[in-house]
Amino acid sequence: MSIKITDLSHIYDRNTPNETVAIDQINLTIESGQFVGLIGHTGSGKSTLIQHLNGLLKPSEGEIVVSGYNITEGLDQTHSKKRSQRKKEARARKKKLIEVRRRVGLVFQYPEYQLFEETVEKDVAFGPLNLGLSDADAIERVKEALSLVGMDYNDYKDRSPFDLSGGQKRRVAIAGVLAMKPEVLILDEPTAGLDPKGRDEILGQIKHLHEKEGMTVIIVSHSMEDMAKISERLIVMNRGRIVLDGHPKEVFKHIDRLEEIGLAVPQISYLARALVEKGFDIDPTILTVEEATQCLAQKLNRKTKSGELC
Amino acid sequence: MLRDITIGQYYASDSVIHRMDPRFKIVASMLYLVSLFLVDQIIAYLAVVLFIGSVIKLSRVPVGYVLKGLKPIFLLIVFAFVINIFLTPGQGSPVFEVGFIKIYAEGIERAFFMAIRLILLIIGTSMLTLTTSPIELTDGIEYLLNPFKKIGLPAHELAMMMTIALRFIPTLLEETDKIMKAQMARGADFESGNIMNRAKALIPLLVPLFISAFRRADELAMAMEARCYKGGEGRTRMKVLKYSVLDLWGVGIVTLYMAICVVM
Repeated sequence: MSIKITDLSHIYDRNTPNETVAIDQINLTIESGQFVGLIGHTGSGKSTLIQHLNGLLKPSEGEIVVSGYNITEGLDQTHSKKRSQRKKEARARKKKLIEVRRRVGLVFQYPEYQLFEETVEKDVAFGPLNLGLSDADAIERVKEALSLVGMDYNDYKDRSPFDLSGGQKRRVAIAGVLAMKPEVLILDEPTAGLDPKGRDEILGQIKHLHEKEGMTVIIVSHSMEDMAKISERLIVMNRGRIVLDGHPKEVFKHIDRLEEIGLAVPQISYLARALVEKGFDIDPTILTVEEATQCLAQKLNRKTKSGELC
Repeated sequence: MLRDITIGQYYASDSVIHRMDPRFKIVASMLYLVSLFLVDQIIAYLAVVLFIGSVIKLSRVPVGYVLKGLKPIFLLIVFAFVINIFLTPGQGSPVFEVGFIKIYAEGIERAFFMAIRLILLIIGTSMLTLTTSPIELTDGIEYLLNPFKKIGLPAHELAMMMTIALRFIPTLLEETDKIMKAQMARGADFESGNIMNRAKALIPLLVPLFISAFRRADELAMAMEARCYKGGEGRTRMKVLKYSVLDLWGVGIVTLYMAICVVM
């Protein structure tokens, strides 16, 4: 499902002394099935941007089209004179929002704090039931969603979500969004506050979802290492604008620009750059430890064989 | 949508009134309330209006801002006015009579007084909160309650509870906003349906909110204990309240004002 954003601006507290421009005329197209990483400093407008994508925030200007469906149209509250007309419009608006949220699933930061039901099953079924699905269909969705995040339905369905570990809670919360079968999945800092094992598991499952279900995925993250490892495209935001956009290898070439706006590149890229500066022949666009190990091993082997160690 | 809510409505400024000691301001407000119920003549109300008017002037809070505080209780004022006008029995013949509705001159008089009293009461008390920051206010309350410690009143604990509650209002509002959005992303609808449906729709909001409030409380208690907090006993203060010449002036003026009210 492609997403097309045209001239999107968002201004908080318009026409008051606190007026702040959170998003400044963004144009962006995300192709169907892409795996996009969205990075930027705190306050760069990332969160505001993603909240627009499923209708939680209304743009001040501009429009968003998700797979040919304009999600920013008809969200405005009108003031029709007739009560029946108003009611009709309100119903249409509600239907529209449900449709938008079915298409675009948004997982907030620390999603485990939104859990509220007595059992895992009921909690995950909350979304599908809001979409108007029957109980039986909703349970089907719950089974699917739980298995997508690597949890066994029979083991977990009757457990209280509050008795689970941090990583498990987060997976249940993500399943709660997946159960709505979104075409686009947006995750805001899905690995924040998890231990390395939990982090790798969550990222692995998201990657898997992307590959298996062909879902369009957008991840907001602070971790350059993670983004380098899993994303196909990186979008860097600063002060409400997009400053860099491209393949991670491309984006991470601009070390100075990134540092200027308070970001960094993966540590291994710094190592590669330092090695190149010392006259070592290595690809400076290396992004992951695995790549680096391979590359270095190759080079070193060759050199040892030819008898000269560096 | 929740960012418009302001609580405590402190109006930051550096006026004479703002700089007065909170303890004095609290006591003065109480005396002011008493004075409102002491006077019962039009001429005396002029003194009250003059007094509160000059306080507003000195505090440099815009008059419009003060009057805005009346908006929420406008209905109450109207209600009190109507009740008084209709239900006050009077001697002599009614001024106005339709069927069983009888309006007497006394009724009109009382209704007016009641409305003026309520308005002045709200303005007076809001002057206290407008010119005193919540922290100063709780500090002042703690000092004033100190004498009651002898009879077992936990003055410090009460003040600390108030401070913490005030501190967490914005945090909880932010949290509410976040959870609401998260549930809306899952298709929850907080805005339509009848009362029952709306109340039910609040469960996905309130449960996580309570859980996080308890978690925060727990963490805060832990953090306070880790820094050796053990109640008010022997605890020194960063900002010690001190009376100044300003408060002396205040005492003089308030005494004079009270004297006038009592005499009239």
